[in-house]
Amino acid sequence: MSGSALTRDQLFEILDSVKDPEVPVISIVELGIVRDVRSDADGVTVTITPTYSGCPAMRVIEDDIRTALSWSGVQQVRIETVHAPAWTTDWIGPAAREKLRAFGIAPPVPVEQGGLVTLTRRRAPAPCPYCGSRDTELKSEFGSTACKAIHVCHACRQPFDEFKPL
Amino acid sequence: MAPASPAAPRTPAVENPLFEYVVRLGDDRLVLGHRVAEWCGHGPILEEDIALSNIALDLTGQAAALLALAGSIEGKGRDEDALAYFRDEPQFRNALLCELPKGDFGVTIVRQFFFDAYSLLLWDALAACTHEKLAALAAKSRKEDTYHLRHSAEWVRKLGDGTPESHERAQRAVDALWRFTGELFERDAIDDAVVSHGIVVDHAALAAKWRELVEGVLREATLTVPAEPGPRATGGRRGRHTEHLGHMLAEMQIVARSHPGATW
Repeated sequence: MSGSALTRDQLFEILDSVKDPEVPVISIVELGIVRDVRSDADGVTVTITPTYSGCPAMRVIEDDIRTALSWSGVQQVRIETVHAPAWTTDWIGPAAREKLRAFGIAPPVPVEQGGLVTLTRRRAPAPCPYCGSRDTELKSEFGSTACKAIHVCHACRQPFDEFKPL
Repeated sequence: MAPASPAAPRTPAVENPLFEYVVRLGDDRLVLGHRVAEWCGHGPILEEDIALSNIALDLTGQAAALLALAGSIEGKGRDEDALAYFRDEPQFRNALLCELPKGDFGVTIVRQFFFDAYSLLLWDALAACTHEKLAALAAKSRKEDTYHLRHSAEWVRKLGDGTPESHERAQRAVDALWRFTGELFERDAIDDAVVSHGIVVDHAALAAKWRELVEGVLREATLTVPAEPGPRATGGRRGRHTEHLGHMLAEMQIVARSHPGATW
């Protein structure tokens, strides 16, 4: 079966089975990493965009895309990387946000637009994904992966990750 | 003379100014990213070790994208790895500030703060340029540098307005690094040549904004802005480096050069 036998919807469905290697509860489609998929006589072209410039998971994601498509009989896969528009956490939909929360990661708040960052500005606290309290504190803007920040909840005393708004 | 005032040093004619321009951007981040990565496993506290490693990763990732773009502009088949691992010291175009040894935590933080402030302002300008691919990378990198600057500026405040020892070390770092900041805002023939590619940066405005931002944070940190800029350290953009870069490259490049073409 060549790539062109599958519809665009079917291809998106296959790509939706590819989970983020570091946050395995949401897919690369839900994250907004997959920007487009096209099929023609030469095979399938998947257009992706990186989350963070240095995200080490991007290579793994490319391999996982090839594997998932090959299981569906698509052997000719081209992966194109685009940088514009720049990836934003605003592309993560409500269903995926709930999956993050249930997994113990506070979902990203909407990205604030604006000019030069105000250095001392403190944004609203991230709600605790475990108990829902807003009595939480940002401990570090850099966590276990590029996309996460570390918080602590003063209500339930639980440290937690936040998918930081970008 | 202010350290951040633009100057016009002589630059030998180059074959491809656009390539040269993008390599400068890539090399700043590659070299600084490597220096910051030297803290991995050596951070003063675990959160800081993680933060510095994340920042190093962002800078290296930005460098990879910029050097890949430079390679495609050059059109001679060199990719980002060829440019990172198979050029020698005189071919590197980073500012000298980026290659200095990591020093103590005060030096690392003050250097990072000086660079982050410059980098964020530069991305602001480049995101608005009409060179589509560079503007895309600028818009993306700008988001990451926002976090970097918030991190380094907060630490400058903590160290400057902290204990007598942290204040003294932070001030020492400011005094030692100040004369390396002027190079960031120099304008030369390469900058003039890329205007025809839609890359227009007002170096004087950039320098003025940088000074305002940096001096504001230093004041809040109870640190003193050096009265005398000192002799400006410059040359990196033309391949004339301090003795430190060669040692750093030896370590950074040895694996790729010992096993050319290896994959893992």
